[in-house]
Amino acid sequence: MNVMDTRATSAMLYLDGVHVSFDGFHAINNLSLTLEPGEMRAVIGPNGAGKTTMMDIITGKTKPDEGTVLFDGVTDLTRLDETRIAELGIGRKFQKPTVFESQTVQDNLLLALNVDHSVKGTLFWRGSKPESERIDKVLETIRLTEARNRLAGSLSHGQKQWLEIGMLLAQDPKLLLVDEPVAGMTDVETHLTAELLKEINKTHTVMVVEHDMTFVRELGVKVTCLHEGTVLAEGTIDQVSSNERVIEVYLGR
Amino acid sequence: MTPHMLTRSLDRGATIFLAVVAACGILIPLSNLLLPAGSFLQVPTYLVALWGKYVCYAILALSVDLIWGYCGILSLGHGAFFALGGYAMGMYLMRQIGARGVYGNPILPDFMVFLNYSKLPWYWYGFDMFWFAALMVLVVPGLLAFCFGWLAFRSRVTGVYLSIITQAMTYALLLAFFRNDFGFGGNNGLTDFKDILGFNVQAGGTRAALFALSCLALIASFLICRSIVSSKLGKVLIAIRDAESRSRFLGYRVESYKLFVFTLSACMAGVAGALYVPQVGIINPSEFAPGNSIEAVIWVAVGGRGTLVGAALGAVVVNYAKTVFTSGVLAPYWLFMLGAMFILVTLLLPKGIVGTFNAWWDLWKEKRGAATAASAAAKDGITEPKMAE
Repeated sequence: MNVMDTRATSAMLYLDGVHVSFDGFHAINNLSLTLEPGEMRAVIGPNGAGKTTMMDIITGKTKPDEGTVLFDGVTDLTRLDETRIAELGIGRKFQKPTVFESQTVQDNLLLALNVDHSVKGTLFWRGSKPESERIDKVLETIRLTEARNRLAGSLSHGQKQWLEIGMLLAQDPKLLLVDEPVAGMTDVETHLTAELLKEINKTHTVMVVEHDMTFVRELGVKVTCLHEGTVLAEGTIDQVSSNERVIEVYLGR
Repeated sequence: MTPHMLTRSLDRGATIFLAVVAACGILIPLSNLLLPAGSFLQVPTYLVALWGKYVCYAILALSVDLIWGYCGILSLGHGAFFALGGYAMGMYLMRQIGARGVYGNPILPDFMVFLNYSKLPWYWYGFDMFWFAALMVLVVPGLLAFCFGWLAFRSRVTGVYLSIITQAMTYALLLAFFRNDFGFGGNNGLTDFKDILGFNVQAGGTRAALFALSCLALIASFLICRSIVSSKLGKVLIAIRDAESRSRFLGYRVESYKLFVFTLSACMAGVAGALYVPQVGIINPSEFAPGNSIEAVIWVAVGGRGTLVGAALGAVVVNYAKTVFTSGVLAPYWLFMLGAMFILVTLLLPKGIVGTFNAWWDLWKEKRGAATAASAAAKDGITEPKMAE
């Protein structure tokens, strides 16, 4: 039997008919979405549209009430926990930059490397050349080489956002989920971040959640608009932003 | 432990600490045994026993600091592991009494005869052998911590909820050990010890040896803790302490890490308790009192959470103060002073004694580094605009 036959779908990420409710509030409502390998997708939507909940479901933080969530066509993500999903190759950047503030920039990246994560492995860990070379490379990409020995907590907001993207790079996942990467960034930083994500997309599948329309336009990728936990519109940024229902949702009812 | 882990773990503070403990561990017993009694430099036997007690508390403090300071697990029940280690040693010491007890029963300890036990309960088997008791000193606290931690960490019980259930655990054990039919001497606990490994526990030489052994155990515990916190595992522990869910999303199995340090820390506390019992001569259920566990947390907070050296220092400083203040006119106010100390340290020295000192030291080094850089620059004929004024 061909390996391909066991795959339910060719998609990197496949969500179908997903429902989640918290105390009767339907956060996610019949959500269906597919991401092809190598694709970059921008997800937009007003507050409370379910963007972050969707990421919680994909990364195992929240279990859906019903629906299918498949990774790489074979793995049912609804049955796994966060650690297992991270090991499979899904990395996540949080809305609020979450780095290990009391440790150095370098150590933050070291912790993120996708090497042995077992208790024994870390207890007897010794640094290796390929590891430090990878860290050097990531530091260069995120422009933090100079700050490598600084505590992550002392970085500026924008630098923390970048460090967290750097941690994703060190983790080298197949799929990156990036939640509001340019929140609180200057225009220049926003532009550089768009460039960085495009660069990352050359080798990784990426899903970006963002409010900043200029940024989404700059990414120039397919856009999905969520509203009340379901897909409202999908297409190019121009198609989506001219969609009457999208305008209605964004400009108030 | 491999050699590279050991060398990596020894920074300046750690080396000084080890040197001081080793010096005490050698000099105090020697002075006690070799110098004539009453001479100025002779350490009297009662002080050797008292300081031996402090050293055991320092080991307990290290075990609390390893989990609280580095992994954010605030256990308010660590006294229970200390007491269990103590009871395991106490059981060995009880069985060494043999027929020399008041009732002269060669098998049953006095309290069992008194309570009309007809035979030794099964869980007292083996405690007549030192190696078995020594093993139980590690196994009993370790096993309890493993089971407790497995349930708690897997269910993701964290923060104040975990603290409360650890407190409940030690309280439950307190009540159980108070019961006469539980088989551990009830209210009175285990006491009237005679020999340890054939040596009289009251003898000066035995006390000096126990003190030296306690110092050795403190050194070993410190080295184990240091090599853990300076390994990559130590970085993971700090990551879990600061951002637990972030660590999960990076692929770390948080519960395994917590379980590992929690169990190790419980074993360490057990060893501390086992060394404590022959030096104080008694173990009773009051060692399980919730207040004891909270006191251990205060030592760590006073000395400096997450510094190891500070934890050990805090244990000695607070207990020395306790000895001084509970034996004079201030005795009725000791608990107020302990409470005040905790509040003042939290408000004024949130990093504790050693943490605050480290922060000053770093600042001073930074300033000195900047100054030498500036003077070097001046020598080279480069003047910074700021320096020109």
